[in-house]
Amino acid sequence: MNDMTPITTTMKDWETDQEVRWCPGCGDYAILKAVQRTLPQLGCDPKNTVFVSGIGCSSRFPYYIESYGFHTIHGRAPAVATGIKLANPELDIWLVTGDGDGLSIGGNHMMHVLRRNVNMQIMLFNNEIYGLTKGQASPTSREGTRSPSTPLGSYDHPAKPAAFALGSGARFVARGFDVSKKLPEVLIAAHAHKGAAFIEIFQNCIVYNKDVFDDFAAPKGAEARQLWLEDGEPMLFAGGTKGLALDAVNLALTVVDVTDGDWQAAGVVVHDVRNRSLAHMLVEMPFGPFPMALGVLYDHPRPTFEDAVIAERAQASEGKQPDLAKLLATGQTWTVDAAEDEQV
Amino acid sequence: MATAATAPQDGISDTPEAVVVRFAGDSGDGMQLTGGQFTLSTALAGNDLATFPDFPAEIRAPTGTLFGVSAFQINFGSREINTAGDAPDVLVAMNPAALKVNIAALKPGGLVIADTGAFTKRNLDKAHYDSNPLEDGSLAKFDLLAFDISEKTIEAVKPYGLGNKDALRSKNMWTLGLALWLFDRDRAPIHEWLKQKFRRNPDIADANIAALDAGHAYGETAELSGPIKQLHIPPVLSEPGLYRTVTGAEAVSLGLVAGAQLAKLPMFFGGYPITPASAILHHLARLKEFGVTTFQAEDEIAAICAAIGASYAGSLGVTSSSGPGIALKTEAMGLAIMTELPLVIVNSQRGGPSTGLPTKTEQSDLYQAVYGRNGDAPMPVIAARSPSDSFECAIEACRIAVQYMTPVMLLTDGYIANAAEPWKVPDPETFAPFPVTFADADSLGLAGQGGVDAAGAGSKGDTHQSVVQPYARDAKGARPWIRPGTPELMHRIGGIEKAQGTGHIDYSPDNHQAMTDARRDKVLGVDRPDQEIALGEPGGTLAVVGWGSTYGPILQAVRRSIAKGRKVAHIHVRHIWPLPENLGELLRGFDHVLVPEMNTGQFKTVLRDQYLIDARPLTKTSGQPFQIAELEAAIEKYFDGIPGNEGGEVPANDQQLPNTGSLA
Repeated sequence: MNDMTPITTTMKDWETDQEVRWCPGCGDYAILKAVQRTLPQLGCDPKNTVFVSGIGCSSRFPYYIESYGFHTIHGRAPAVATGIKLANPELDIWLVTGDGDGLSIGGNHMMHVLRRNVNMQIMLFNNEIYGLTKGQASPTSREGTRSPSTPLGSYDHPAKPAAFALGSGARFVARGFDVSKKLPEVLIAAHAHKGAAFIEIFQNCIVYNKDVFDDFAAPKGAEARQLWLEDGEPMLFAGGTKGLALDAVNLALTVVDVTDGDWQAAGVVVHDVRNRSLAHMLVEMPFGPFPMALGVLYDHPRPTFEDAVIAERAQASEGKQPDLAKLLATGQTWTVDAAEDEQV
Repeated sequence: MATAATAPQDGISDTPEAVVVRFAGDSGDGMQLTGGQFTLSTALAGNDLATFPDFPAEIRAPTGTLFGVSAFQINFGSREINTAGDAPDVLVAMNPAALKVNIAALKPGGLVIADTGAFTKRNLDKAHYDSNPLEDGSLAKFDLLAFDISEKTIEAVKPYGLGNKDALRSKNMWTLGLALWLFDRDRAPIHEWLKQKFRRNPDIADANIAALDAGHAYGETAELSGPIKQLHIPPVLSEPGLYRTVTGAEAVSLGLVAGAQLAKLPMFFGGYPITPASAILHHLARLKEFGVTTFQAEDEIAAICAAIGASYAGSLGVTSSSGPGIALKTEAMGLAIMTELPLVIVNSQRGGPSTGLPTKTEQSDLYQAVYGRNGDAPMPVIAARSPSDSFECAIEACRIAVQYMTPVMLLTDGYIANAAEPWKVPDPETFAPFPVTFADADSLGLAGQGGVDAAGAGSKGDTHQSVVQPYARDAKGARPWIRPGTPELMHRIGGIEKAQGTGHIDYSPDNHQAMTDARRDKVLGVDRPDQEIALGEPGGTLAVVGWGSTYGPILQAVRRSIAKGRKVAHIHVRHIWPLPENLGELLRGFDHVLVPEMNTGQFKTVLRDQYLIDARPLTKTSGQPFQIAELEAAIEKYFDGIPGNEGGEVPANDQQLPNTGSLA
């Protein structure tokens, strides 16, 4: 986010005249709407907003938002965005990437933008597949994924985006999914965080990886499979009948039953977005035995990269006049004068 | 002259016009430092000079080994100096390996100064000497001044209570002191420099000064009894003005700062450590008060991408690297070409391919610069010819980048980057400014339209209809530079093909044809000066066409050939792409065209392709600059009456450094 004067816009103000070219039914449509719905709520100003993307289905996103937009090259959006932010820290930057773009070809840049803590919102659309290149297994595809490049099933172990982000030093890690009504809340929290805010958004690729997140995202039975985290609130799910407690022996979270709403008796942990250890446990929690942890997993700001760059530049410039003529004549100099020349 | 290409003179005259000195030792012996300080004292004495630092890729190679030899050559004189000199007159060898690697280069009758203290059995073995060359008569054709520099240094610094190991670190200063005496140089600036360098450790400063003075005093004493005599080289006749020494890396950095100032832009420099380009990052990192932001990125790709992002946001984006790093940046250069954003890419070329010769010079990235991208991706390319010329070239690169909204590649090389030469400090006022005007709604005639249709009625009913034309072109073919943050001009750009005008995604056949043509024509139309002849007359027998750091040796070789009555001219091209408009006509006026290059003939190919002329290559790929003699001999083949022997390949030359490959 930025320190900015909020302005009034409507959802329509954030729509472009470009025909949206995603497949019918793609989860990207829902995310686009969620973002366009959220931007007015945040008081964002289209002229100071920049959407930066890499390559892939998700990276077409900037063309559909009426703000400044830069559709860069595969995997490099974090680097381009870093340059934009350093050149003009006033700009509010939203980075749009996918699991292939952000974690495979651009994994290195993702790591560094997070550890440097460049102030921007990073939305990683995770559909566990390469969509635009027609369905190859991606770094987040589950083991055994059959695809044109892995006809007998993939055998490489998938990366966990939220765990990767946390391990890279991210100070804000959140999760949501495309059609979730709570996605705008997550986006608002990300925007409120000053620094690199990483949001993993599970996104349904209707053509190449259909319904792969249905286990937790399908409306039916969602309550029992989704744990929506709230800072300062007990980690409850399944209508408050289950919760997460700490298994002190194994230093891990464990699912406990909650009777009559007495979560304290069941030892349910209260979520603290500033607790990094807890965040590590949440991102490592396997879905299945556990619910899918959604919402803000971790939110603990520290100074941003661009502030450090600005401060250093100010410090280095203090009391110095930028005098080019003087700079050119730096070092040991000598003068050849005309008189001496004539004598010779 | 000292760098005579003809039969070498026997010994050095008392008042030579120019002298070539080579300091050689272990990479830990401080030879580059010694050379650098000797250069400074030489400049202060008013001589013209050129240097050639030559060091191994290893930071501290095992001591005493052939591959760990580091050398610094300086050519200085009372006349104009354009090269670091062919064969040295004086060789300072700090150990047997340094002698072995360099002795073949020394002129017959030249002077060897050697440290007997380092000629131990162990060091002789490491250098593959069966017997001590200082004693076995193998150096008979040279003057030899061999004595125990190590011991004398230890004696000189004894009062400062240093251990032997620390004391020996001052050996290079003792040697420098002797060299200062030999050429009648003032010691005071070096004293000052040492005091400054070791200001936190005055004992070390004093010990080094004592060593320097002892070396100097030894010279005076030795003159009374020994084979060496002091040489006086009068100052060169130079244009009046203020001078300093400058390396190519410094000049590029200063030129970029000047270019950004002339464009009235903040500069953003994205870099990643690589030899020999890192020096530019180091220089710029200290110039933040000039509105310079330096960013050490996670890799070469991020370095250029961040620079592109910064340009997009309204800074002058700059990135710099050497061949392998430039290769990594290639895709992003295409993005800058497609999005038509200004960007300066500095390539300090080194020997390739792959990791190649990190610390050696070559000009083998010309194809990469001109042609090396996917798609039809035209980009202006300019090449600096010397360390000081890099300053103007960097300004020129900035000018083209912002005026034509295009990435520009500036080619230097390892030789230019590291070599130093005197530089008449330019007056910034003499450079024409080229201030950038960013587009706004007024300048694009869109004020009040909100960047979207005011009525909000577009082709899709109530969504916005674009009116912003980020890909409209001015008379030069350049698009407007619209910074994010500008009211009413929101738009989207990217690497995917753009519609003319609006910049929307557009793959249609007519549009791609038109945009490809527009990108090509814009670059081909870059305003550049007509090609001048560096030396000689138009329309002669032979044009020797060079580019980049071959300038010095070609100029001297052509000068000598003209003096012999040959109808030869030197043409040195700065604007590699697009080529100067008159170049084809100029070249067709000569009977023959010879293109000396430190590669396998890349610029020759470009000239043949562009002009259908029979340009002949003269190539050298030993990681060493051309010697004047080599070029003079090549020119002579056009006048010797033997048909078919022109051009060709210059064999590796063991007069140059290093030749450890064949020795080790």
